[in-house]
Amino acid sequence: MALDANQIIERRACVSGAGQSDIGRRLHRDPLELTLDACLAAIADAGLTTKDIDGLSTYPGALTTPPGFSGAGAYDVIDALRLQVGWYDSGIETSGQLGSVFKACMAVAAGLANHVVCFRSVWEGSAQGEKGRAAVMPGGDSRAAFKASGMMEWNLVFSAPSAATWIAMFAQRHFHLYGTTREQLAWIALNARKNAALNPKAIYRDPLTLDDYLAARLISTPFCLYDCDVPCDGATAVVVSRIDRAKDLRRKPLRVEAVGTAIHGRPSWDQFDDLSTMAARDAARQLWSRTDLKPSDVKLIEFYDGFSFLTMCWLEALGFCKVGESGPFIEGGKRIARDGELPLNTHGGQLSAGRLHGYGFLHEAAVQMWGEAGERQVKSVPDVAVVAAGGGNTCGCMLLVREG
Amino acid sequence: MADTPFRILPKLTERNRPFWTGGANGRLVFWRCRDCGHYVHPPIPLCPVCHSKKLEPEAVSGKATLTTYSINHQPWMPGPELPYVVAIVEIIEQPSLRLTTNLVNCPHDRIRIGMPLRVTFEHHADPEGDVWLPLFEPNPEA
Repeated sequence: MALDANQIIERRACVSGAGQSDIGRRLHRDPLELTLDACLAAIADAGLTTKDIDGLSTYPGALTTPPGFSGAGAYDVIDALRLQVGWYDSGIETSGQLGSVFKACMAVAAGLANHVVCFRSVWEGSAQGEKGRAAVMPGGDSRAAFKASGMMEWNLVFSAPSAATWIAMFAQRHFHLYGTTREQLAWIALNARKNAALNPKAIYRDPLTLDDYLAARLISTPFCLYDCDVPCDGATAVVVSRIDRAKDLRRKPLRVEAVGTAIHGRPSWDQFDDLSTMAARDAARQLWSRTDLKPSDVKLIEFYDGFSFLTMCWLEALGFCKVGESGPFIEGGKRIARDGELPLNTHGGQLSAGRLHGYGFLHEAAVQMWGEAGERQVKSVPDVAVVAAGGGNTCGCMLLVREG
Repeated sequence: MADTPFRILPKLTERNRPFWTGGANGRLVFWRCRDCGHYVHPPIPLCPVCHSKKLEPEAVSGKATLTTYSINHQPWMPGPELPYVVAIVEIIEQPSLRLTTNLVNCPHDRIRIGMPLRVTFEHHADPEGDVWLPLFEPNPEA
């Protein structure tokens, strides 16, 4: 049975402000400081003060492992900003990093809060230090005595500790089923790098060619170095407001038209029924079931690229191209370019702008929809955008419409 | 095996022990529901299909097909000689019965999704209990 419009309560919520801390490959700054910088920037951007903020939501919450994965928890920020909240939440078992934003939408719709600050804070660049990724692998210095348990039991034992390998296997399956090629996959990375050149906060801004991409060292086939995002330090925040409290704020409200949170396959990296799409399939289908808008109404897309292939999953899942056809869809990069028919990852994505982990895409959509993206602003300021974050078994997406 | 690579080993529990030690007898073992016949993996205390708690360890043939794979070139941590192949295989007894594992004894240019495989075990002695990791290799008899 179709929902009637007043049951789709995320529509009572909007994004009213967005902010970011300094971002860098390795800043060696207190991650709480970066987190607070981002939260205060988002609150000011909305035209609010900390006195107005009565809710808080974050992904994943306070965690000490893996190192750098969480810069601050909910209590850290509530305390530091002396917030008085009607509702707060954090957690990692949710529909992608944006699950924390979706929960904030529900909280304002339920009247538990009016203005919720939502944040994601990382310091993986500093945490890894000069030793790189190897420094943060499970077991650390006592690895010989370390034993795998939980979800990691089933891949760590087979020397597959990285999501790079797990997701590379999805890409390989897609290559097998649909004839997708590395020359096509490359365009996710090349498009991101081209856009990053115009983003002063991006980590990698130098030009990247198809030849550079094809000559890069392999990480886990079919992925090379440029298919994997770059760990960084930085925090991103947005304010989610109840729409009736956002009319007179500084920014035009970006109403949440619909969200997608579903997962119908097994919530596992290797047991999900369809390895070529995973949970993006279910979240995307749910999103479009909650709106009359169609992919053809969308002017801007910001899709997670922790690994390049995940962006292709989202393109197919959300119906911007047919299943199996994302390779030809992106090949050559024209269609997805900043001045193309469907601008994608206009800030440089996580591949070039840094692994801000989901929230970077929402921040970029907001900034573009407010016409505040500076040199990289898409020409016709977009009024409808889709943001999607996560991959594998942890996926969520949202459709934003600028009001007024 | 003379050149057994470093592995992070599984923490053995009553529930996972049949899987990780079945290789001592050359057998690939899963928990199976005695009521509806479903193989349950990873192991949990009840059958996810019929909710029966009558589960028993049972050996399968050890035959599988290759669902997908990746040739890993990155030295994430000590492990097999680079590059090595990480694979997801489907056990022939049940379409949904999958494992992440390593594909071994197969030239990389001969890897084909869908190819028939068979289990081979990598033994690791450990003070907390020996384990046998089920790896897969091409099955010439298939």
